Amino acid sequence: MSRQLLKGNEAIAEAAVRAGLQAYFGYPITPQTELLEYLSLRMPELGRGFVQAESELAAINMVYGAACTGARVMTSSSSPGISLMMEGLSYIAGTELPVVMVDVMRGGPGLGNLGPSQGDYNQIVHGGGHGDYHCLALAPSNVQEAIDMTAEAFDLAEQYRMITWIVIDGLIGQIMEPAELPPMQPLKTSYPDWATRGAEGGRKARLLKSFYVDTLEEEAVNIRMLKRWQEAREHLVRYRAYYMEDAQFAVIGFGSAGRIALSAVRAARAEGIKVGLLRPLVISPFPEAVVREVADRLEGILVVEMNAGMMLDDVLLATEKKTPVEFYGRVGGNAPLPDEILEEIHRLAKGPLTTSGHPRDRWFNRISKNN
Amino acid sequence: MNIRQEMEMEEIIYRRPSTLTELSTGYCPGCTHGVAHRLVAEVIDEMGIRGQTIGVAPVGCSVFAYKFIDVDFVQAAHGRAPAMATGIKRALPDRIVFTYQGDGDMISIGTGEIVHAATRGENITVIFINNANFAMTGGQMAPTTLPGMKTTSSPLGRDVEQMGYPIRACEVLATLDGTSYVVRRSLHNPKNIRMAKKAIRIAFEAQARGMGFSMVELLSTCPTNWGLSPVQATKWLEEKMLPYYPLGDYKVHPTLSDLKI
Repeated sequence: MSRQLLKGNEAIAEAAVRAGLQAYFGYPITPQTELLEYLSLRMPELGRGFVQAESELAAINMVYGAACTGARVMTSSSSPGISLMMEGLSYIAGTELPVVMVDVMRGGPGLGNLGPSQGDYNQIVHGGGHGDYHCLALAPSNVQEAIDMTAEAFDLAEQYRMITWIVIDGLIGQIMEPAELPPMQPLKTSYPDWATRGAEGGRKARLLKSFYVDTLEEEAVNIRMLKRWQEAREHLVRYRAYYMEDAQFAVIGFGSAGRIALSAVRAARAEGIKVGLLRPLVISPFPEAVVREVADRLEGILVVEMNAGMMLDDVLLATEKKTPVEFYGRVGGNAPLPDEILEEIHRLAKGPLTTSGHPRDRWFNRISKNN
Repeated sequence: MNIRQEMEMEEIIYRRPSTLTELSTGYCPGCTHGVAHRLVAEVIDEMGIRGQTIGVAPVGCSVFAYKFIDVDFVQAAHGRAPAMATGIKRALPDRIVFTYQGDGDMISIGTGEIVHAATRGENITVIFINNANFAMTGGQMAPTTLPGMKTTSSPLGRDVEQMGYPIRACEVLATLDGTSYVVRRSLHNPKNIRMAKKAIRIAFEAQARGMGFSMVELLSTCPTNWGLSPVQATKWLEEKMLPYYPLGDYKVHPTLSDLKI
């Protein structure tokens, strides 16, 4: 295979097709719509399932039904649509089904705007729907990573029987970059022993549900789910480290924010500042052990996000307030410019640094003077 | 001839359908869910489709339908059964997929899903139980509650000026081109139960023939929440519900009208 110029959303769609996607259900919403459009032609062409649902609410419940058959299924949406899907996601989680979700995040809250955002971090990493459940979430920062992660997302979802997210924003969804697609994988031919595909040959009927009247039975299901989550926390630790070997300072950011921060880190390095970048590739489970370990060796950390400090809270938990942490964020559908982050790196390198107070408060005090 | 020999000579004309589990239903005395379950199980037996059938259970009294109808089952969120059935059917187009939904589930919270499944001509079958109230939560007003009917959330009777009018689901859905078979039957007496059975069979046959969306509405009793005895409830259904919800065929694809069951 050779590299092609591919648009992020379409690349994710084709990567899913090649990973053996059997059914897709979606609803139009910018900046995600190319995914739906691409698959509206591609899936029927291959004789696979495609429905443009009447709402995100219906789309996620179609995903729920198709996932019950053990098929590889996916939907995609953007923030307001993802909010609407949360009921179905809680049911899917409670039924312990593997599904792949793509969230092309946009500015919010509410209808917000189409600008790039990471405002869904808490909704995806820390909850969203009701009840105790966790999802896996992968955060690519370019089209090639989006392709690779989509291909793997189906395997991870099945391995852990968990909802697995590809979390991007319009920057990555809409950008065109050279990237290579993987070869076409054959469709699944064998299905797990829980799949409801019809009790053929007189076998015992199967039942898939998220409904346990007996509270002790429900507790046992919750604990079974937690066990898989703990396994994921142990084994699914993925990040990229740039210039970290001799770093005195580090920027931590994921997705687009991490990608933009890399430019700032390179500029700071050119000035002689010993700063590195830690970019989590998997944001759920959050790589807390890695952050804790690097934090011990650092004089200060700068967290950069396109929200008001959602991953920041996870960084603070990991560092246990032993290492000074600062925060820089853009909210409401805006991405930081490299120069803005460089200025924050300068501030970090100059000090003074502190472990008292909250980095969000310091950031907010700074920006509120200008607003 | 002893009794055993006599029994062996006799032809069995009535037995528990093999697709009905041996559990006793947990429904209230006089509730017609058990009858509806049995009719669905009989049809699955007669068509020999137990191994190809997947049911979608609703939220409501019949949330436990999966305990009694012995096929692969999934349990939907409230009102979302038609969307879930769509997902199953699109993943497995050669299977028989049906939803079993109450009136609160299907035509209140699930109105969007049922209308769009129908208009897409989704090749699924819907068994729609209409007992004019939200029964599982204790008898609140549903969209199907009759004008003037008292429920726990319309204690003075449904005032249509304030609470609107009941929805006649068959009449609404029959206007959609995607539907192949939309009929209303009732479970208030043996004759109507036989007619309901036949309708359920035709609805499943429509799906087996790939003809698109089919639905059988079954007017049903809810003695507990209606505050009536089982016998009174049957009478109330006949006297009050039938005039508002006329029995009949609202949409029958021409091919189906020739079907000999």
